[in-house]
Amino acid sequence: MRRERNDHHMEQDKLNIKGRIFDIQKFSIHDGPGIRTIVFLKGCVLRCRWCCNPESQNFDIETMKVGEKNKVIGEDVTVAQVLEEVMKDMTYYKRSGGGLTLSGGESLLQPDFACALLEAARESGINTAIESSGCVGYGIIERYLPHLDLFMLDIKHVDSAKHEAYTGLPNSLILENARKIAESGQNLVIRVPVIPGFNHTPEEIRKIAEFAASLPGVEELHLLPYHRFGQDKYEGLGREYLLGDLETLSEEYMRMLQDAAAETGLQVQIGG
Amino acid sequence: MKKYYDGEIQKSPRIQGLVDDLYEKMPEIEADRAVLLTRSYMETEGEPVITRRAKAFRTICEELPIIIRRNELIVGSNSKSPRSCQVFPEYSFEWLEAEFDTVETRSADPFYISEETKKSLHEVFQYWKGKTTSELATSYMAPETLLAMEHNIFTPGNYFYNGIGHLTVQYEKILAVGYKGIIAEAEAELACCRVSDGDYAKKSHFLNAVIISCQAAITFARRYAELALKEAENCRDEQRKSELLGIAMNCARVPEHGAESFWEACQSFWLVQMLLQTESSGHSISPGRFDQYMYPYYKADLDAGKITREFAQELMDCIWVKLNDLNKVRDAGSAEGFAGYSLFQNLIAGGQDEDGNDVTNDLSFMCIEASMHVMLPAPSLSVRVWNRTPDEFLIKAAILTRTGIGLPAYYNDEVIIPALVNRGVTLQDARTYNIIGCVEPQKAGKTDGWHDAAFFNMCRPLELVFGNGMDQGVQVGIRTGEIQELDTFEKFYNAYKKQTEYCIGLMVNADNAIDVAHAERCPLPFQSCMVDDCIKRGKSLQEGGAVYNFTGPQGFGIANMADSLVAIQRLVYDEKRLTLAELKKALEDNFGRGMEGGMAEKITARIAGDIAAAGKPVGEKEVSDIYRMVVAGLAAGPEKEKYEKLLETIEALPKYGNDIPEVDAFARDVAYSYTRPLEKFKNPRGGQYQAGLYPVSANVPLGAQTGATPDGRLAYTPIADGVGPASGRDVKGPTAAANSVACLDHFIASNGTLFNQKFHPSALAGMKGLQNFTSLIRGFFDQKGMHMQFNVVSRETLLDAQAHPENYKSLVVRVAGYSALFTSLSRSLQDDIISRTTQGF
Repeated sequence: MRRERNDHHMEQDKLNIKGRIFDIQKFSIHDGPGIRTIVFLKGCVLRCRWCCNPESQNFDIETMKVGEKNKVIGEDVTVAQVLEEVMKDMTYYKRSGGGLTLSGGESLLQPDFACALLEAARESGINTAIESSGCVGYGIIERYLPHLDLFMLDIKHVDSAKHEAYTGLPNSLILENARKIAESGQNLVIRVPVIPGFNHTPEEIRKIAEFAASLPGVEELHLLPYHRFGQDKYEGLGREYLLGDLETLSEEYMRMLQDAAAETGLQVQIGG
Repeated sequence: MKKYYDGEIQKSPRIQGLVDDLYEKMPEIEADRAVLLTRSYMETEGEPVITRRAKAFRTICEELPIIIRRNELIVGSNSKSPRSCQVFPEYSFEWLEAEFDTVETRSADPFYISEETKKSLHEVFQYWKGKTTSELATSYMAPETLLAMEHNIFTPGNYFYNGIGHLTVQYEKILAVGYKGIIAEAEAELACCRVSDGDYAKKSHFLNAVIISCQAAITFARRYAELALKEAENCRDEQRKSELLGIAMNCARVPEHGAESFWEACQSFWLVQMLLQTESSGHSISPGRFDQYMYPYYKADLDAGKITREFAQELMDCIWVKLNDLNKVRDAGSAEGFAGYSLFQNLIAGGQDEDGNDVTNDLSFMCIEASMHVMLPAPSLSVRVWNRTPDEFLIKAAILTRTGIGLPAYYNDEVIIPALVNRGVTLQDARTYNIIGCVEPQKAGKTDGWHDAAFFNMCRPLELVFGNGMDQGVQVGIRTGEIQELDTFEKFYNAYKKQTEYCIGLMVNADNAIDVAHAERCPLPFQSCMVDDCIKRGKSLQEGGAVYNFTGPQGFGIANMADSLVAIQRLVYDEKRLTLAELKKALEDNFGRGMEGGMAEKITARIAGDIAAAGKPVGEKEVSDIYRMVVAGLAAGPEKEKYEKLLETIEALPKYGNDIPEVDAFARDVAYSYTRPLEKFKNPRGGQYQAGLYPVSANVPLGAQTGATPDGRLAYTPIADGVGPASGRDVKGPTAAANSVACLDHFIASNGTLFNQKFHPSALAGMKGLQNFTSLIRGFFDQKGMHMQFNVVSRETLLDAQAHPENYKSLVVRVAGYSALFTSLSRSLQDDIISRTTQGF
């Protein structure tokens, strides 16, 4: 459901807006339709213990040890610079129906930059999406919606206390935003990082799925299996990885959760 | 309604049995052909060479031991034991004799050879001393060419030691009229010749040689008919008995006559394919557009209810297995360059007809299905892709890619057709192109392409620039100035281009010398009779009988050169961080890094040579001192640190393969420094030179002859593969790498370019994965890339296969323009494949 396109050409000053990113990843095929480029924005309000991009959490530019070397994480760039990099893969977006995905960190924390980037990408004719935890006032989210083809919203738990214990914030604002986004008619997919010891029981997953199914227009739920790719990064940042001895979940187990969630009538898939 | 059947077809239980039998034993070298050939040559002393070739072929067809392997439906083998090979002493033999005792234990492509075979071969080799194409070619080469070859600037090894091969004949003609038809054509042409014609002598002998050769092929088939009949008589299994009777009837009719059923067509095709590889040792005899020329026979039988789709598939699967039954022994060096027992029999599906309509059909899908059923390296399956290629076909191909077998390779019609037209091929002919060998496009049945004519290592002229044309104390290149004189980047780059152009000229000299040697000593009447216009012109292919004549030597090392030029421009000329002399020293010292084994010996010899050339005595003690230093690394303390810093600085520079315009522009330009000068040259058959850009797997052995390069590549390590980025340097994923590669001018490299990508299986998971994967191919092709192929296998699997080869006997991986059994590759090539970046995400 594409929104009306902004026909007038974007003004130059919008292209000059600066934002802080920490990575651009090409040929992403698990975060929205087709072949996509993900732009990772720096800074997040949550502190999820399992976060696989801990270098994304602080808004400040920081140094992370990668192997033997120090790597500077974070870079201030203009919309135009990012767009140039993103548009290098135009031919693949056209062939696959792909485009740009903003992720993070939290893609909602730099609205001027993010909205200008999404608008510019839309004007260039490519599909746009964001991945977000939805932890900001709805007024900000509303600014994004006209420029988005797809909103991928993380819902980690329906139990607010548990949510707060593992992410640092309660979930009330997220759940409220989820409903508002759905009611706006936005194409919305709910994604659940499945974390052992946090939300991995069939019961917890089913509850999230039931909530997702109650949102008008929501048809898809993605279960993202926990992996510990981020572990080394915590060490590189001199931080403690709190989930050190967690086992990853087996494929069979994930399929069982998939079945549990599918009872709600949603289309459930494992992975993005 | 769809114009084709794209569903799955069950694999018959017979097929796995055929495959298992094929791989039971190590392949063997057999002497029968060499013995028969030599006997015939002794009997025809003094006759015209073309007649001697035909008579030798006849003797071989009449007397080569024949065998029907267990449960075969398609018969015809040129070796008694499966996957074994014959010997072709008319091209060269010294290397084989020298390797008699090591060929069984060498790491790449070992062959068993019995003492009896060694003895027989040793005897016949005596006859061939001084009579081979290889010896004649050498005598035709200029001294400076021989010197450059000795210094590994380029290597024309392929045709220097073997037959040419590298062609697709008119299979459709044999299917239609049989060899009887060809004989009639030759006779008619002969009838038009007048004894007073200027070319009568040559033409009449050629046409008679064609007739002898066609009759020989018919004789060979009839021997099989008799054998099948005899086996049928003794067969107690009713089912097999009736199969054997069917085989007997087929071989009694084809390839003498035109085929009247799909089974006959399959049998006819196979005997043509197999006999071509008995006449000469040339590889890359490519079946080409099998789905097109076989289709009428399939369609007719299917429509008439004479055949089921399942049986048609089973017959195709049988052919696929047979293609793996043919084999060839190469010298140890070439075995590394073409590792994997491969004959590069390229078979292509899909594409257009001569009017530009898409002609993907049932058989196009069944070709892919056949590769899925047999899971073997041959045929080198290719698919043609253009804007109107059906998505279902690409998805089917992607499903095969996902198995990890490295097949098919994908080719872009939108580049190849105009590239061929630019070479003078008509639009109709260009539209019906197929691929020869690894990646070389041509028009079947009209071309003698001499594809794969030499390897040109593009990094070697760079080394010559640093030495002002000197290599290991010898003036091999031209003088382009001492490095102090190269005070601007333009001067430096010009010096590189001059060295390259000079070396190209030498390579052309080498190829032309070999070309003439083949025309004089090994014209091939059998293969020539199936290529236009040999019969009309009364000339063999080797003498220029084909409509289109090319010579296509391939350059490689674009990525290393692009990255090196960026490093030189930035560090030496723009930022002046070091002088050219300092860089030269760093390269000679291999950036202070140590060296191992054979490499250390080589570099020790080089340093000792340099010292001796400077007039200082070098004794045993000095040599052993140098050797110790070389192993440890030539630098120590602060110098070592300086080198490590330099390597770090170089590593931080932008690299080819990451979609960075500045570097990609260098890559495009440096490719031109090879492709443009080359197209000015002519070959002895009246055709043009055209460049390819790919190393097959020679980037590993030829890298082992190349010192350190300014891109930070250490001495004697592999050169970059194909037109792709240097190993591990593409860090922005497959689209960025593809975009960089698409920056090259693929149109001018009309002898083919080769782009390998390696994917983790997860990237192709599910229908979505397949769709994204095909979008990647389409996207690369939209930007005018020419070719793409994939290894889809996890790094863990490959490492485990190295550790436990016994568990991975049938693991097939993409090497270069072909797939091969992973375990048959040398360790260094295995390592190279493992280290090519895996695009997972």
